[in-house]
Amino acid sequence: MIDPASVGDVVAVVLLLAGCFLCLTAGLGLVRFPDVLARMHAGTKPQVLGVLLIMIGGAIRLQGWSATWMLLLVAAFQLLTAPVSAHMISRVAYRRRHVRRDLLLVDELRSGESQDTVHRGDEPADAPPEQGS
Amino acid sequence: MTVVFVLAYGMLGGGALLALVRLARGPSLLDRVVATDILLVIISAGLAVYAALQRDPTVVPVLVVVSLLAFVGSVSVARYVGGMLVHSADDGTDVGLPLAAEEQEARQTGEADR
Repeated sequence: MIDPASVGDVVAVVLLLAGCFLCLTAGLGLVRFPDVLARMHAGTKPQVLGVLLIMIGGAIRLQGWSATWMLLLVAAFQLLTAPVSAHMISRVAYRRRHVRRDLLLVDELRSGESQDTVHRGDEPADAPPEQGS
Repeated sequence: MTVVFVLAYGMLGGGALLALVRLARGPSLLDRVVATDILLVIISAGLAVYAALQRDPTVVPVLVVVSLLAFVGSVSVARYVGGMLVHSADDGTDVGLPLAAEEQEARQTGEADR
């Protein structure tokens, strides 16, 4: 006969390891991807799915209602706040031209002449604007 | 169980180290914001993994604080960087950053020299 407690432990450990693996992939993507938008794409994997998996694993292991509610609260916070912060960061990144425009297939925000030709989108934070002066 | 410990903390530590590499190298400020965000998420994941593996629920309230702190930090830095932008008055297109004072000065003196 299979002990239900040990089955729960195995499921929890598998969920925790999956969440940890997503954190590792986020680090890899952060280092290897070319610009801010791609790095954000890599970063949102552990932010949503990884944290959810780890919270479910922790709720299975901890076995107490207070801990479970708090883990649920953390997961809900992540789900609510990840889109907001991602939206703000990506909007500022596009406006400050930290986007590799030569790698974009579709650029619906492109607005004609006011685009850069020399900046490729990976400049340091205080890079001067091209046109102007 | 030791294998699980080594695997979980190893993967979390590897992800945190790679995020630190991006935090140190990242060419723009927003790269660093994204890297700090991921670093805080990995820290909260590590706390949750510790709580789960040790069956120790005392660190769980810290998780709530860390997750809120990550959100507030990244949003405030994004607002700060967005406030440095200049909008053109007529059609609302983004002109970009204002010229730094030293650079403007250098351009003017350069034009005078030419």
